Parts: sequence; C-alpha cells; structure tokens
Amino acid sequence: MKTNRLNANLLISLALMCFITLSSFPVKGETIHEERSKYRDITVTQVKNRRCLLFNVHRGDRNQTCVLIDDPDRLVFDYTRMSFAGLLLEPEPERILIIGLGGGSIPLTFSDLLPNTRIDVVEIDEAVVNVAKEFFFFRETENMKVTIDDGRPFIKRAAIRNETYDYIVLDAFSGDYIPEHMLTREFLEEVKRILSPNGVLVANTFSTSRLYDHESVTYQRVFNEFYNFRLQTSGNRIIITQLGSLPPRGELVAEARRIAKSLEKYGIPVLDYPRRLSTRVDWDMSRRILTDQYSPGNLLRDK
Amino acid sequence: MSKSRSQLLPRNVVACVAFISGFCIMTIEMLGARILSPYFGGSLSVWGSIITIFMVALAMGYLIGGRLSTQNPNAVTFAIFFIGAAVFSLPVILFADAIMEPIFLTIEDPRYGSLFASIFLFFIPTSILGMISPYSVRLMVETHEHSGHMAGLLYFISTIGSAAGTLGTSFYFVLWFEVNQILWSAVVALIATGCIILLIGYAQTAKSVKQTRHYENKQA
Repeated sequence: MKTNRLNANLLISLALMCFITLSSFPVKGETIHEERSKYRDITVTQVKNRRCLLFNVHRGDRNQTCVLIDDPDRLVFDYTRMSFAGLLLEPEPERILIIGLGGGSIPLTFSDLLPNTRIDVVEIDEAVVNVAKEFFFFRETENMKVTIDDGRPFIKRAAIRNETYDYIVLDAFSGDYIPEHMLTREFLEEVKRILSPNGVLVANTFSTSRLYDHESVTYQRVFNEFYNFRLQTSGNRIIITQLGSLPPRGELVAEARRIAKSLEKYGIPVLDYPRRLSTRVDWDMSRRILTDQYSPGNLLRDK
Repeated sequence: MSKSRSQLLPRNVVACVAFISGFCIMTIEMLGARILSPYFGGSLSVWGSIITIFMVALAMGYLIGGRLSTQNPNAVTFAIFFIGAAVFSLPVILFADAIMEPIFLTIEDPRYGSLFASIFLFFIPTSILGMISPYSVRLMVETHEHSGHMAGLLYFISTIGSAAGTLGTSFYFVLWFEVNQILWSAVVALIATGCIILLIGYAQTAKSVKQTRHYENKQA
C-alpha cells in the first residue's frame, strides 16, 4: 500500500516535471509533421487555424513561416509582408527570382498577384519544397518553377546566360546557419549582373549583432545606397536597393497609393511603408566589408 | 651504423614537424569549403567532395611515403616533402579562379564540379603532406620493437596538430584574416619547416662524420 502511494507521488512529480519542461519549450501547439532533412530538422506545428513551419526546433529557432489555413492568402509575418515593399520601386516585374523557399508564402503571393509573371524559386533543400507543397499550399505552376540548387551557383549561371530579373528576393538567411558565401561583395556583384536596369533587390537580413554593420557596409560598397527597412514589431531588417539611384519619396508614396488596393487581401499595409524606408546610416562604417576572402558570418552573428 | 642513422634528425624535431604538417593539412582542408563555395555553393556535397579528395590524397601519400622511407631515409627527402607541399599549394592561392571557372562551366552538377575542383586544387599538395607521416615514423624508429610505439606517438602528435589546425582555422583565423593570408602563412610555415630540417640534418651529418672520424682516429 505504502509503496503504491510512493509510486503515485513519484508519478505525479514526474508528470509535473514533464509538464514544466514542455511548457517552457518554444513550440506550442500540435506537431503535425517532423522530418530530418540533409540540412535541418523540419517541424510543422498547428494551433487552431495557424500552421507554422520551424527549422531546428531543439535549438530554439523561431517560426520560419506561418499560414492561416482558413485564410491562406493573408501573410502572417511582418518580414514576409515587408518583402513586397520592392513593388514601390518596380510595380510590374516580368521576371522574379526568389532565393530560399521556406513555407513558400512569398512566391505564392507573387504568383497570385502577378499570374503572368515568370517566377524562379531556388531552394537548396528538397525536403523544404515537399513540406511547402504538402502543408503550406505551395504549388508549382506554368509560370512558377522551383530549382533545387544553391543560390550562388544558380545566380552565377544565370549571369553567364545573360538572364536578368526585375525583382530579386534574397531570403536564404533565416534559420540557424548562415550561408556565408551569399553575404559577400563578390556575390552581390553577381546579383547586380542579373538585375535588370529598373530591377529591385530585396534582401531579408540581420538587424542585430555585428553582422548588421558588416553587411550594411558591404551593401553600401556594392550599391552605393539602399533603403533600410525595419519595423519595431519585426526582428528582421529588409534591404531594398536597385542599380541606379533610389527614387524620391514622393514617387514611393504615389506608387503605394496606386497598389494599396491590390495588396489588401494579403494584409500588406503598403501605405505605411514609404515613410519607413530609411537611407540614414545607423551602422558602424569602419567595419570590414565581407568578401569571398573574409566572410565569417556565423562567427560574427554571435558577437 | 644504425645509431648514426637514427640521429639523422633528433626525435623532438621530427615530432615538432609532424605537428606542423598535421596542422597545415587541416587548415587547408577547412578553407577548402570557403574556396569552393563561390562556384559550387555550400551544400553538404561540397564538404563531401573535399573530405573525399583529402582522404584519397592522404592515402596515396601514406603509400608513397612509406615506400620512400625504405630507400635510404634522409633529411633532404624529408625536407623536400615540406617544401614541395608548399610549392604545390601555391595554385590554390594564385590560380583558384582560373582552375574552378572552366570546371564550373563544363560540369553542371555541383557534386561532380566540386569533386573535380578539389582534385585539381588539393590532391597533389595533400598527398605530399601525407608522405610525411610514414617517413617520420622511419626517422624515429631505431629498432623493430620500437616501431609500434613510435608510430603511435607520431600519429598522436600529428593528429593533435590536425585538431589544433581545424579549431584554430574555423574558430579564429577566418575571423581575423583573409583566406589567402591564412594560406600564405601555411605555405611560409611549410617552407620554413623544410629549411629548418635541412639545417638540422646538415648539422647532424657533420656531427656524426666528426664522431666517426674521431672514432677512426682512436682506432688507428
């Protein structure tokens, strides 16, 4: 009898410990899919109508992407919405290149918004493509194709074939490991080569750590100037730039008014964007630029 | 006779240079991914190519170095390994783009592209560095009973050197220096080591010749 009581107590405390550990875990909600790919652990969770994709959960990673399954058009994250701010500079891109698929919400939105535009998506991890298709409504279409490849060689080959894009989204940096070869001056020069004369580059990058400074001086060296786009509610910083000089703010406001309606259903508050695009230098300009010779991104991030 | 041969190089010198060679091998290997990534990306297969080629090159080096050690082992040959490895590492610094570009253009698949690039960039210097280990064993061994002990000691030292090279490069050097600066340092270290071996080897021979003469004089 006594041992039973003891066992019961033990069980209760064990259960309590489990509960405490679980509740302090970053993921809440039900895991509906788990997979270990060549590059990362992929987890799909769902709370009510909100389904999220996470990489490397055990290392405390944030959500990569989330969708509302009863309203999949609506973009859930600020940074995803912010990636469309480039439309203020190039409202009618004919060819779009997206490096890094994630849950696929950026390409899906482009494809829905501009059905006649050719969209190339490059994703290094085939497993991510399959998960995006199975759980996040992503699908390839006549005009939207996914290539399994590393972004850098893909862009190098596109440059050799003299291909150009009007809208390039670099979204390869979210997650646990930074591809250091896509932070360098040489890489940005290659991106420049495939950017059409009026094309726009939108890069989802880092807003904290020393990497912010290093990356800013590198972009500045290659593009002279760029819009620094940050929102208080988002940990991301979006860099928006193009080959020539940046347009005056008045033009951006006019463009925002023109396209606001079409972006409404995705929840993109584009009218609010022009005044948030800053060209103010708020980084340490004495930092070394990142090159193929010097690019310790993963070490700098922790500083 | 066997005594004088064993003194071609003092043991602690052989141990030191084995450490340096292990260090340099892993320094170059760790930088390999950095060198290849602009052309072939940072995928797992690029690392796979590099490690494969280093392993095969080292295997060839062990085989050849072991064979060479049976034919009149001497300090000059030993020094040539270091200087040769340094010289054949120079293309990695000077012509990396010229070597990788045509491979990138001809081979679409990044797996085989990175494999061929690794062969052309790293195979020869790495196999020369591989010759150092078995040759060092020969230089340290006096008697047969000793050979296992000495081989173990040498593997210990050169592998610790490799560990230090890996850690130093991936934790610190890439944060402080450019890739080519690190490679130049490895080249200079290897050449300096080769020269030191030549000097010590020369001094040792002079000493042993003197000793032999002294002995002969006494005999007479």
